[in-house]
Amino acid sequence: MANLTINGKSITVDVEPDTPLLWAIRENVGLTGTKYGCGIAQCGACTVHIDGVAIRSCGVAVSEAEGKQITTIEGLANGGTLHRVQQAWIAHDVPQCGYCQSGMIMAVAALLKEKPKPTDADIDDAITNICRCGTFQQVREAIHTIANA
Amino acid sequence: MNKHVSPAINRRAFVIGTAAVGAGLALGLDIPFGGPAVVRAADGSPEVNAWVVVRPDDTVVIRIARSEMGQGSLTGLAQLVAEELECDWSKVTTEYPTPGQSVARKRAWGDFSTGGSRGIRSSQDYVRKGGATARVMLIEAAANEWKVPASECKAANSVITHTPSGKTTTYGKVAEAAAKLTPPAEVKLKDPKDWTIAGKGLQRLDTADKTTGTMTYGIDVKLPGMLNAAIKDCPVFGGKLKSYDEAKIAGMKGVKKVVKVGDTAVAVVADTWWHAKTALEALPIVWDEGDNAKVSSETIAKWLAEGLDNEHPAYVGNKNGDAKAAIAGAAKKIEAVYNYPYQNHATMEPMNATALYTADKCEVWCGTQNGEAAFAAVLEASGLPAEKCDVHKLMLGGGFGRRGMTDYVRQAVAIAKQMPGTPIKLLWSREEDMAHGRYHPITQCKMTGAFDADNNLVALHYRLSGQSILFSLRPEALQNGMDPAAFQGVAQSGEAAFGYSVPNLLIEHAMRNPHVPPGFWRGVNVNHNAIYMECFMDELAHAAGQDPLEFRRKLMGNHPKHLAVLNAVAEKIGWSKPAPQGVYRGVAQIMGYGSYVAGAAEISVTDGSKIKVHRIVASTDPGYVVNPAQVERQIAGSFVFGLSALFYGGCTVKDGRIEQSNFDTYNSMRINEMPKVEAVMVPSGGFWGGVGEPTIGVAAPAVLNAYFAATGKRIRSVPLRDQNITFA
Repeated sequence: MANLTINGKSITVDVEPDTPLLWAIRENVGLTGTKYGCGIAQCGACTVHIDGVAIRSCGVAVSEAEGKQITTIEGLANGGTLHRVQQAWIAHDVPQCGYCQSGMIMAVAALLKEKPKPTDADIDDAITNICRCGTFQQVREAIHTIANA
Repeated sequence: MNKHVSPAINRRAFVIGTAAVGAGLALGLDIPFGGPAVVRAADGSPEVNAWVVVRPDDTVVIRIARSEMGQGSLTGLAQLVAEELECDWSKVTTEYPTPGQSVARKRAWGDFSTGGSRGIRSSQDYVRKGGATARVMLIEAAANEWKVPASECKAANSVITHTPSGKTTTYGKVAEAAAKLTPPAEVKLKDPKDWTIAGKGLQRLDTADKTTGTMTYGIDVKLPGMLNAAIKDCPVFGGKLKSYDEAKIAGMKGVKKVVKVGDTAVAVVADTWWHAKTALEALPIVWDEGDNAKVSSETIAKWLAEGLDNEHPAYVGNKNGDAKAAIAGAAKKIEAVYNYPYQNHATMEPMNATALYTADKCEVWCGTQNGEAAFAAVLEASGLPAEKCDVHKLMLGGGFGRRGMTDYVRQAVAIAKQMPGTPIKLLWSREEDMAHGRYHPITQCKMTGAFDADNNLVALHYRLSGQSILFSLRPEALQNGMDPAAFQGVAQSGEAAFGYSVPNLLIEHAMRNPHVPPGFWRGVNVNHNAIYMECFMDELAHAAGQDPLEFRRKLMGNHPKHLAVLNAVAEKIGWSKPAPQGVYRGVAQIMGYGSYVAGAAEISVTDGSKIKVHRIVASTDPGYVVNPAQVERQIAGSFVFGLSALFYGGCTVKDGRIEQSNFDTYNSMRINEMPKVEAVMVPSGGFWGGVGEPTIGVAAPAVLNAYFAATGKRIRSVPLRDQNITFA
């Protein structure tokens, strides 16, 4: 059993303490926007926020996430208003297949919180998610659009 | 808002009524363009024809048979239908028909397969006719109601106007009557220069859900009572499952069943996938690996190298003059040997499928590039007839050719068949996905070029040795044993034709098929042929003491479309002017998938081993551009795919199995490594080419040629990872 706080809601999940947070979120909580890509914290498709910091949830045990604020892609919007990263993603038509984009958006949202006007070098350092379709150009443009808004 | 409706949610999307029989196209399928019997969508709205449903509120539902996997053809095809339909684009939604529905209606939607960059080019004609036919019928229905000649009416933006009187109505109001009309025998399609919806960089129809986590991919399927399966197939291709010790995992949490899958694999079924995977890893398994366990990258390389020897037989794919004689008598000749490795597609979403089998039904939910092939696999694996099977297509988390295969569908059905009535979601781990790819074929190539005393290229001998995809996957497509696709990009004619005139030319393929299964890997045989030919073309230019661009141009007089895209990148990158200090350039061109493409790169190199790519220019002539914003993304994405392959993409073989197991050993480019791609679209019209793949071919040789310009060193072996060359 683990008590998790996900998108502001307290949820008890019946899992072993070493279960990766990713799988608890997807299978036990039922929020499937957070994606499995590698399971070894390489690709970033499973990125969520833990206490506001972008973390690859496949590498975090639920026991480590207890008592912390977890935000998934489903909790990024403020009620009916999409987060500005989501809005920019739509305006720039960033996703291709879209599978990596939940993680990409979560990573970018965390970056912008820390650095509201990131340089290209800041983006290069902070955004290390894999996108096999190759949306990097639109990702970069969308980030700059938000920063310059 | 525009939206693509997922069939997982709306899987009874429409009712199959009396089969609508209309004017069929002579394609071995029966494409109905409407009437006389009305087929209704699930909500009761009439089908004007197979592609177009109009709801009373004027919403237009456009059916799309090809799969969307990020390439944007869902939106492009909808644009083509809407263009001819003259409907209000803001009220367009799309949905997938299922393969089962298509088969029940004599393949009403034509080919479902989505590969070979064919999504738009191979269906543009009949989907545009589908839109145009529906428009004619809607106008006729309005004219009938008004008792005026249809010729006095016109349609725009889903509104029909009777010009003399000014009376108007909308598509939603006349769709019911239109659906009952006999479709016109012939329709005239618009000249692309008059397009107002097609040809525009409209936003994709599937973006919003991809930003909120609500898009349903195969991995996200949830069905009542569903269990989850993790699988291990014999890591040595061709090996078998010998035994496993189920007792060792008895009592592990969540485990429901351990099942054999065919002769080669074992799966654990559990309440959650995490439990299934954890138990599978604890399960002792004994494999019968067979003789293939003796194969390694070294043994394969040795076997392929032997094939480069002219003493061994080879298939001739392109020839003129007598290359061997011309080389023997030439004033000067140069020779080089290149090689290209196995590569995994590494779609971000690992392979998966969900199957529900009962005694009288088998349904599968999955991402697939070929709905009809997946459907056929369900029939075969379930043993049930077509009317008792169906496949519900979901968004693909990447395809790149891998999801044209049906191995994962067969496995899911084989597991579900052992647990009737329980939906089973089979998901491969990343490790399983890396171990059981359908890999980019492995090849080597020996090229010999010969010059006369004035440094004119008089002969070229291009000898490939290596694997054939068709031999493994479509043996019926071989031509007297020869794989015609092996010559993609260097073929005599057709959609992947060689772009140079060489007086004495011999292009041949010594086919050697190792046990590692090959597959169609985005770009396919264009990828290695473009590296071999375009890097060697640079070597020839250097040997002749000529500028690589000018050297090419002299050989391209009879290939104006190839030349036009090459000129376009040369102009855009400023080839005639010096590059910035410390920056070096390379170019490449190729034809593939009916399109002409070229690329140019500017790079700098530190310590001979650290490459910084500063700038990329890429041009393409696909004939027509349906959505320039999406074509631009395909061009840029192709460079990411091609350069990821160049720098990181290599799968090596040891003890008969693939050594790389995840993204830590099989890396992919990140944002910091990728410059902006400046896309130049030069559509010349008169033909329809694809855009999802051809540009991949020029990515690597453009950078490799720039690397030579920077260092004077030729790299003839991919990936650069194995040459200790990395991104700066």
